[in-house]
Amino acid sequence: MNQAPVELTKLTLKDYTSNQEVRWCPGCGDYAILKTIQKLMPELDRPREKQVFISGIGCASRFPYYMNTYGFHTIHGRAPPIATGVKLANPDLDVWVITGDGDGFSIGGNHMLHVLRRNVDLQILLFNNEIYGLTKGQYSPTSRTGTRSPSSPQGSIDFPLSPCEVALGSGGTFIARSIDTEAKHLSAVVRRAYDHKGTSFVEILQNCPIYNDGIFEQVKDKKISADFKVELEHGEPLIFGKERGKGIRLNRQNLTLEVIDLNKDDADEPLIHDETNKVLAQMLATMSAPELPVAVGVIYREDRATYDDVSRQQVATARNAKASLRELLHSGHTWVVD
Amino acid sequence: MELAEEKLGEHHLDEKEVVDVVVRFAGDSGDGMQLAGGNFTDSTALYGNDLSTFPDFPAEIRAPVGSTFGVSAFQIHFGMDDVTTAGDALDVLVAMNPAALVTNVGNLVAGGLLIVDSGAFTAKNLAKAKYQSNPIEDGALDAFRVLDINISKQVLAAVEAFGIGHKAGLRCKNMWTLGLVLWLFDRDRKATIENLRTKFANKPDIAEANVAALNAGHAYGETAELPAGIHIYKVPKAKVAPGTYRNVTGSTALAWGLIAGSKLANIEMLFATYPITPASNLLHELVNRKEFGINTFQAEDEIAAVCAAIGASFAGSLGVTSSAGPGIALKAEGIALAAATELPLVVVNTQRGGPSTGLPTKTEQSDLNMALFGRHADTPVPVIATSTSTDCFEVAIEAVRLATKYMTPVMLLSDGYLANAAEPWKIPDVDSLTPFPVQHYTDAKDFKPSLRDDTTHARVWAKPGTPGLEHRIGGIERSFETGDISYDPDNHQKMTALRQAKIAAIADDIPLQEVVLGSESGKLAVVGWGSTFGAIHQAVKRARREGLDVSHIQVRYLSPLPKNLGELLGNFEKIMVPEMNTGQFINLIRAEYLIDADGLNKVAGQPFKIGEILAAIHEIFAVLGRQP
Repeated sequence: MNQAPVELTKLTLKDYTSNQEVRWCPGCGDYAILKTIQKLMPELDRPREKQVFISGIGCASRFPYYMNTYGFHTIHGRAPPIATGVKLANPDLDVWVITGDGDGFSIGGNHMLHVLRRNVDLQILLFNNEIYGLTKGQYSPTSRTGTRSPSSPQGSIDFPLSPCEVALGSGGTFIARSIDTEAKHLSAVVRRAYDHKGTSFVEILQNCPIYNDGIFEQVKDKKISADFKVELEHGEPLIFGKERGKGIRLNRQNLTLEVIDLNKDDADEPLIHDETNKVLAQMLATMSAPELPVAVGVIYREDRATYDDVSRQQVATARNAKASLRELLHSGHTWVVD
Repeated sequence: MELAEEKLGEHHLDEKEVVDVVVRFAGDSGDGMQLAGGNFTDSTALYGNDLSTFPDFPAEIRAPVGSTFGVSAFQIHFGMDDVTTAGDALDVLVAMNPAALVTNVGNLVAGGLLIVDSGAFTAKNLAKAKYQSNPIEDGALDAFRVLDINISKQVLAAVEAFGIGHKAGLRCKNMWTLGLVLWLFDRDRKATIENLRTKFANKPDIAEANVAALNAGHAYGETAELPAGIHIYKVPKAKVAPGTYRNVTGSTALAWGLIAGSKLANIEMLFATYPITPASNLLHELVNRKEFGINTFQAEDEIAAVCAAIGASFAGSLGVTSSAGPGIALKAEGIALAAATELPLVVVNTQRGGPSTGLPTKTEQSDLNMALFGRHADTPVPVIATSTSTDCFEVAIEAVRLATKYMTPVMLLSDGYLANAAEPWKIPDVDSLTPFPVQHYTDAKDFKPSLRDDTTHARVWAKPGTPGLEHRIGGIERSFETGDISYDPDNHQKMTALRQAKIAAIADDIPLQEVVLGSESGKLAVVGWGSTFGAIHQAVKRARREGLDVSHIQVRYLSPLPKNLGELLGNFEKIMVPEMNTGQFINLIRAEYLIDADGLNKVAGQPFKIGEILAAIHEIFAVLGRQP
């Protein structure tokens, strides 16, 4: 903290780049995410030593090695509880969890749901490429049914889970989605995640060029993506499409969302995004092709007390500088032998 | 060796003054036997006897009333000599119903005193205990001094004035019975009355009804015409070292030891755990000690608990986690991460009967192999064991010292018996304990996470938040030189050797093995670790009184072992190792020292009896005697 403000003005992306050689495959979406986060760091106005990146196991989990901050590459699926321990021990730190779809929702699914419901003040960045990369291409819990992979040559049987829906169902207080190569959008979403007090969950759709190439092409390809994704802005109408000619409305008969053509004279007004509305958030998180565009941006947010705050408060309230071990040992019934 | 038992040949209750007594309160889970036993313990401690207790309760929280598997018991052994076990056989058995009688009467000595609530010996309850006829009436109890009282009826009369109703009235049965037993051994009721008024502070009528029941039970002893041979027994005060004493269970002493350790290390502590029997009392104690700055975290599972503790240690606090066998198994990967990244961590294993769910409320020492070897790869960690309830305090401090000094996970082995058993404790002078303050690294000049202390080889502890020390650690093998990822073959060889050497060198920093009782060489050494201490100690003492050349060695440091242990064991013709497992420590000393030894193994969920160890000693001397 000392002299930090002076130093901060000088920091750039380079200052957040560690001396380690980045070892992701050429063309991996992780490169773009890394660059965006390294670039965002100086803008957060916090001393570098306050930033801690915690990861589990998987391609995404190599991330902390490349950040010139504090970092801990831990064990498979367990980054959330380790990050919880860090935050409980020192609430002054900014703690980030970097995870993937296998790490975060397969082996670590249990921890993910509990960290979200507790609302520990962390940022969780989930790199979702819908495949296992580091173990060489097996299907993951977010792989679409029928995915052919070394462990599912006839197509995967599992029904995939939707990370944002699970995060919502777990009681998450900040849920957002973005795309690896959309630097501006990703940076803005992560910035908001950082500013949120509580567990911020950001699903980043990330391309694996080796084992699942092009799985998010519809939302990534600039030529067509406008028709396949809708960018959420709090208080703004849900409008998308090349000419911004399409909207999303609520069908009041069956309580589902549907696409409307805004150019038609009798078209309804599209819905206005309200990121504090959990019912709407549930519907937005679910939207997928071909019927509906994929929602990106902040899907849901609420303010709720954080676990770490209340936990520290309980200790602070009870803490007594004069607490005496001697008195504790002598409490209750004692007797003296002469 | 075959497990055999020798009766200790004691038969106390003919005299008005007896040197030691074993009393067992047994009843339904809902009969309040633990409360009665706990209060009797307080009174006995205040009276000045040495004592040892053994709460023995079922895994079922509210088992069906009257069932044999729902019997909950509290055993206390007290006397004028040093008492280190809860006693082999019972001198007094309190049986609140037929199920409590049938499950415990086999352990009552002939001529022992049996107090039964005849009001609970109904046809229904007798059937549940599978009695064909009422043992109080059919002569089955003729070997004992039987005091059959309709306690239910007595207690209802005693509490009638309080208008608390039939059901709440019957719940005072335990206090009525306690009152009678307090009279029997000339104990004061004051401590119990105070306890009752504190416990039921919000329900004064219940408190006073219980006090009335207690007084009525006591008055019954004074006034009723008791059968011949039943009278007040005096147990002279124990001759113990001067000082201030209290009763303490292993769980409480261990919790306080952890607090003391964190104070001596001058470091904050996060105790992260997941509830499991019989380890949960540690959490229950520590969660009430936040005034010392201790924070606790009830995680979603055992894995999350060890991981949160590791996270806290990474952040510069001391992470402590705790469980019993099945939970420790789940923590193995996390412990190896802490070992690989060289972060301090204390892991407390309150062992219970296994495998799998096994016997959750019963005791065993069968996790030694897991503690020593139960991780993937070459992952040595120090392992230390506590041998008595009061020893838990010192061992917990030692675990914190080793973890922070050597930047390593430390496995602390306790067990279900020690966790729940209480014994008098001469309260140590905490101001005389030697501090071992932690120094977090702060020097940014030429910093790298692989820097080590020259003497301990411990890695530096640089906590996040320190300017200029930003660094990454992780589970992938780290370069000895820089701490960065390294797949270099020579480096892995070097790091593996370093991890081994660092832990092995702790042997230079622990006390040499001493002999608890007896000489440092001779015919037989009985070598124990953990909670077998009490039974071994008494058996060796008795054997020595008989003139047998036998010594007692109790090992606290199981890895690394004390430097002189091999030499010390070599001084004896025979080594016997009693263990509550099928022979885990004996394999260790055979492998380490190529010493032959006889194992005495018991896995019944119950602690060793003195007579069992004494019988084994006699058997060894019988063989030695036959040799030329």
